[in-house]
This record gives sequence, C-alpha cells and structure tokens, in this order.
Amino acid sequence: MEQKKETLLEIHDLTISFRMYDRLLEQRDLRVISDLHLTVRPGEVAAIAGSSGSGKSLLASAILGILPENAVVGGHLHYKGQELTPQLQARLRGSEIALVPQSVAFLDPLMKVGAQVDGHRRPRPVRRREELFRRLGLPEGTEDLYPFQLSGGMARRVLVSTALLSNAQLIIADEPTPGMGLEQALEALQMFRELADEGRAVVLITHDIDLAVAFADRVSVFYAGTTVETAPAADFRAGALRHPYSRALWRALPQNGFQPIGGFQPYAGDLPRGCLFAPRCPLAEEACRRRTPPVREVRGGEVRCFYGS
Amino acid sequence: MRRLNRRVRTILLAALLGALLAAFCAAALLIPESAAAPSLLDARKPPSWAHPFGTDALGRDLLVRVLKGMAVSLAVGAAASAVSAVIAVLVGVAAACGSRWVDGLVSWVIDLVMGVPHTVLIILISFALGRGLKGLLAGIAATHWCSLARLIRGEVMELRGRQYVAVSRHLGKSGGWILVHHLLPHLVPQFIVGLVLLFPHAILHEASVSFLGYGLPPEQPAIGIILSESMRYLSAGMWWPAVFPGATLVLVVLLVDRLGDSLKKILDPYSAQE
Amino acid sequence: MGLEARNVSFRYGRRQDWVLENVELRLERGERLALLAPSGRGKTTLAMVLAGYLAPTRGEVLLDGAPLSKRGVCPVQLICQHPEHAVNPRWRLRKVLEESGTLREDMLGDFGIERAWLDRFPRELSGGELQRFCVARALMSGAPFLICDEISTMLDVITQAQIWSVVLAEAERRSMGLIAVTHNRHLADRIANRTYELE
Repeated sequence: MEQKKETLLEIHDLTISFRMYDRLLEQRDLRVISDLHLTVRPGEVAAIAGSSGSGKSLLASAILGILPENAVVGGHLHYKGQELTPQLQARLRGSEIALVPQSVAFLDPLMKVGAQVDGHRRPRPVRRREELFRRLGLPEGTEDLYPFQLSGGMARRVLVSTALLSNAQLIIADEPTPGMGLEQALEALQMFRELADEGRAVVLITHDIDLAVAFADRVSVFYAGTTVETAPAADFRAGALRHPYSRALWRALPQNGFQPIGGFQPYAGDLPRGCLFAPRCPLAEEACRRRTPPVREVRGGEVRCFYGS
Repeated sequence: MRRLNRRVRTILLAALLGALLAAFCAAALLIPESAAAPSLLDARKPPSWAHPFGTDALGRDLLVRVLKGMAVSLAVGAAASAVSAVIAVLVGVAAACGSRWVDGLVSWVIDLVMGVPHTVLIILISFALGRGLKGLLAGIAATHWCSLARLIRGEVMELRGRQYVAVSRHLGKSGGWILVHHLLPHLVPQFIVGLVLLFPHAILHEASVSFLGYGLPPEQPAIGIILSESMRYLSAGMWWPAVFPGATLVLVVLLVDRLGDSLKKILDPYSAQE
Repeated sequence: MGLEARNVSFRYGRRQDWVLENVELRLERGERLALLAPSGRGKTTLAMVLAGYLAPTRGEVLLDGAPLSKRGVCPVQLICQHPEHAVNPRWRLRKVLEESGTLREDMLGDFGIERAWLDRFPRELSGGELQRFCVARALMSGAPFLICDEISTMLDVITQAQIWSVVLAEAERRSMGLIAVTHNRHLADRIANRTYELE
C-alpha cells in the first residue's frame, strides 16, 4: 500500500490476449503481453525498450483503455493508487494522461496544425506553442499547415508538442522519434526530460536502446511480451545488467561488439513454457523451462530470472 | 452452447441463402408447363389453399407463373452479371496494365456509360437488337460492367505500385508472370463479390424494362410481364397479382444482396477477424 | 568499373523540389560503402535510383560503363526498410524465396531461416524474420551489387547483428559491392570500409 502512494502508475502482472481466428473457423486466444510489471514514479522517465512489432504499443493502449474490441486484459493497473477502471481511464485520457501516438495518422486531416495543438484551451496558448515549435525546430508558419503538408518527421514533432503542451501528469510517448533527425530527436527527448524534472512522469516506449539509456532514469527491457529486467540507465553503461537477455542486447549494439546470439523471439501464439528466454539462454537449466521465474529485486533493479545477479 | 463466431454465422447465412435460391430455381424448372394453363373457370380467384397466390384474369395459377418468372429472371440475372463481370475484369486489367492512352480511353467509356441512366440505355440497346431475350441480355450486359471495371482498375493500379511488384520486376519476372502470380489472386475476391452484387441490379433492370414493355415478349412468364398485366386489374380491386410477384422479386433481390455482403465480409481481410 | 552514379539529380515531378542534386558516387565490387545522412535528405530516393527503381531526372546510373539493363535479374538488388511491404501478403514464404530462383533448402541455415517458416504466410512472421527472407531473396538472385536501405532500423539490435552478419559474410565470400544506407554512425563504422555523406 505504501508503495502505491508514491508511485504514479503501477502495473502488475498485466496480460493482454486477443481473440483471433486460428484455422478456418476456430477462435483462440493469442497472448501478446504476459505478466508485465512496470512502476512509474513522478519525476522520472521510464523507458521500455524492445523490438518493433513485439506488442509494446499495446501497453500504451492498455493504460489509456483504447485496446481493440477483441482484446482481453488481465492483471492490475493502478494510477495514483486507484484501480484504473474504464471509467477512470476515460476521465484521465487527455487531461491527466497524454499519449504521443506512434502513427502520424492520429492527426485530424481537416484541421490546421496550430488549432489541433491548442485543442480546447481558451485562451489559446499561442506563445507556449510557438516556443515549443521553435525548440523542436518546426519552421515558422507550421501552425497554418494541414497535416498532409507535413513531412513524417515534422508530423511527429507536432504530435510531441501536443503532449508537451498538455498539463498531463503522465505522458506516454510511443516511438516518438523515428523520422526525426538526430538533433531533433535529442531535443524532443530533452524536453521530455525537462517535463520529468518538473515532477511529471514520462513513459518512453522505443526500440532504440541507445536513446532509452541516454535519456531515461530507468530502462525496462521488453522481450516476447514481458519485461525481463528493469534497471537504472547507469547500469547499462557500466555493464552491470542482471538478465542474460539484456546483456546480450547490450553486447549486440554496433558500438559494443555487434555480437548476435542465436535464436528468435518466440511468437505470441507459440510461447515456451517457463521463462520466455530459456530457449536462447546460456544459463538456462531445467527449472527455467518448467516455471516462470518471479520478479526479484536485485541491486536496485528488477529482474525476472532465477540466476540474475 | 458456445456462441458461434462471426465467421461461422456468416458462412451459415451464405449457405442458407444459396440453398434458398437453388430451391427457387429447382421448383420453377420441375413444375410442368400445364400447371399454369389458362382456365376461365378459375379466373380472378383471390388467394386460397388451391392457389396460394390466387389466379390471374385468364385463370392461370400465379404461384406457378411467379416461380417460372423468377427462374427466367435469375437466368437473365446470372447471364448478364457473368458477362458484365468478365467484361469488367478484362477492361479493368487492360486499362491498368496497358498504356496511358488505353487507360484514358477506357476511363472515358466508363464515364460515358455511367453518365447515361441505365434503364434508358438498356431500352435503347434492347430495342436496337429487336427486343426479346437476346436484346435484353445484351442491354443489361453492356450497362452493368462499369462500376466493377472501375473498382478492378483502381485495385490493379494500386497493386502495381506495391513494393513487392517492383521487387518481382527486378528479379527478372515478366509482366505476364506478375499479372498471373501477383495481381490476379488479389482480384479474385473482388471479382466474386462484384459478380454476386451485380445480380440483383440485373434482375431489377430486367423486370423494370419488361414491365415497360421493351423487354421480354408478353407470352414469357417474366416478373416484369406479370406485374405489367396486374396493373390493368389493380383498380378493379385485384391486389394479389401485383403484391405476391412484387414481394417475391423484392425477397429474392434482398437475398442475393445479403449473400454478396456476407461473401464480402468473409473475403475482406479487414472484417475477417471480427 | 563497378556501379556509378554520374551527376544524378532527381525530382518526383516538374513542379517539385529537387530531392537529389548532382550526386556523384562510385562503388567497386568487394567494396562496402555506408551512405549516411539525416532523414529527409533523399537517402531512400538515392537507393532507389541506384537500384533502377526510379529513373534519374538528370544524369545516369552506370554499371561497368553501361546503363542498367531492364531485362532479366537486375544486377543491383535493393532491400528495403519495411519487409512487410516487400513480400506479397498472400504468398507462402516458400514462394517468396522461389521468386528469385530455385530454392536450396540447405542454404536456409546460412540465412538464419527456419524450415518451418517456409509454409507460413508473411503476417505470421515478425519483421525481423521477414527481413531475413528479403535478404535471402536478394542474395539468392546472384546479383553482384546489393543496396540495403535502413534494413535493420526497425529491428531489435540482436536481430540487427544477426542479419548483418549474414549479409557481410555473403558479401565477403562473393566479393559483392555493398551500399548500406543508415543514419546510425556506429552501425556504419561496423559494416563499411568507406562512408559517403549526402550533403
């Protein structure tokens, strides 16, 4: 209970499945996220790093309560200690919790960009918006353009500024940087960093582990639909990781060795029993294949491994 | 009992509709001609157990005439929509794969045909070809291919821009190979759905042109003819020769339309997971 | 002689701005070039022009002194960023591979492809797995030049390292000319022996 008061968002054992057609007429449940843990405290940037298409974005949808109809959600989500019910989610969306969506298709194609970013706020926050646009490197006059006139990178910066302008306590940024140049990406992330320093919280969902480590306080490594390790960003740089997958991930970076390990991430429909990483893990033993390891606290981080140290 | 999922329900519905249509045709073909022979003793009888749809001014059983008429309508509809669909695919593919000049010409013809009201064009063509079944078929076939052709053309244009088609070309595949292996398989579902959805259109046009007297000859038991005859007696209080054939026509048209929609839902990947 | 872009300029339409202007580039067999540029500078366009997907508005692309032939297997193969767009969604992956010639199942291991995947449809595989098929398809065509346009940008770093180890080994073995388009300088340092910066 005490823990819940000081956290902004707490996710326990989150599982998301989809009802899908299997063969011709059979339906079955496809588990996309399993037993996911995530804690976000005010004043921090929490990153979730994992490969594209692995279901990270569903996490954002689950927090906001905008999953598709055929999704089945299990586990607990708490916001400021309160259970996140669909009613609460509807009330918090857009005011307390803001989303930077992954797809630029989220912009209204028939509305000028400036008006969209201002939203329903009256008087319109013109000066703050102009300041944001300037810092994000959007050229003057962008506010009078329609979304189709924007390049991919510009549209993404507009989406980022929408969230930055809101007074949301929690900002969920789903892959905010692709399409931006390196400098713009760094500037956008710097602005998220500043928001967090003001006491708000940012969840940064990204496939770019470099960026995650550079800007986040803590990085959760996402593998096959779950978080295998949550570690302070400094542990990555120091090479003090706990889970064999995160260590392999770090070693595979071009600047750190470029060494692949064998095997593949398992499919949503075809997850192994026990630890999801066991089939590729050098440390795996019989116990790993039999049951899912619990989350353990190790050296100020969380790890889902029997051997993580 | 477990609730059936949408796909199963759709397939069951499609099967039911198909069976119903088949039953219609079978009944019409199996009933002998003599069942609808004129008999002045039975003329102008309202619906009864012996004649569920009543009889007309010549004492012919209306149920039998309607069934026979529906069979003719369905045959006309099937023939016309099959011909239209083939034209549509050929024209659509030619326009999309051919030169810009061919595409321009085809688009112009499509706009031209679609710009003229269908009924007028069918009457003109059917009249020019000497009325009767042949003229009517030609008229309906010549007017119904446009919308499907436009759809197919758009689809082919879009497919041709896909990256995997460009990759295929760079792997040394010829235009014909790409057409057969990449393009046509995508068009088959569109084609089937288009074919079924053309059907009710064709039937309705056949009936309306026959009703106006420009279509099938009066001795043929067509729905349009029956309805046209019924008009004469409607003011005399004979409602059954108009209501039952009309209702049957509407029922069949709705059935086929539902069949087409269900097929679309099964074949369309966007609704396939619902 | 190799692959050469001579004074290549490109724009998508008469009224549009130039995407590429006067690009000069040269690549020999056995050479690995990294093409670096921030986004929006026409990296992808240049890749497509070099592989013959787009014809240059001005200038020319030459292979051993002659223009790229339009017939037969193109000697410059391109692998794109989004593998899901580059394979026919209605085909089983066996057919995808067979498109570039006879499938040799004994080679699958070298490309990191599991035999079971051959009978699946593209939507049943992840981006990283599909990208292996695109890599295998391009390499199996036997083309002497390969252009990789951000092929690992959307993948996790382990898959990225796996795929590049396949590409680099094959390029080395057959002494192919390789262009890697990327925005990641660390990756460029790893894979290329020369870099080219656009603008």
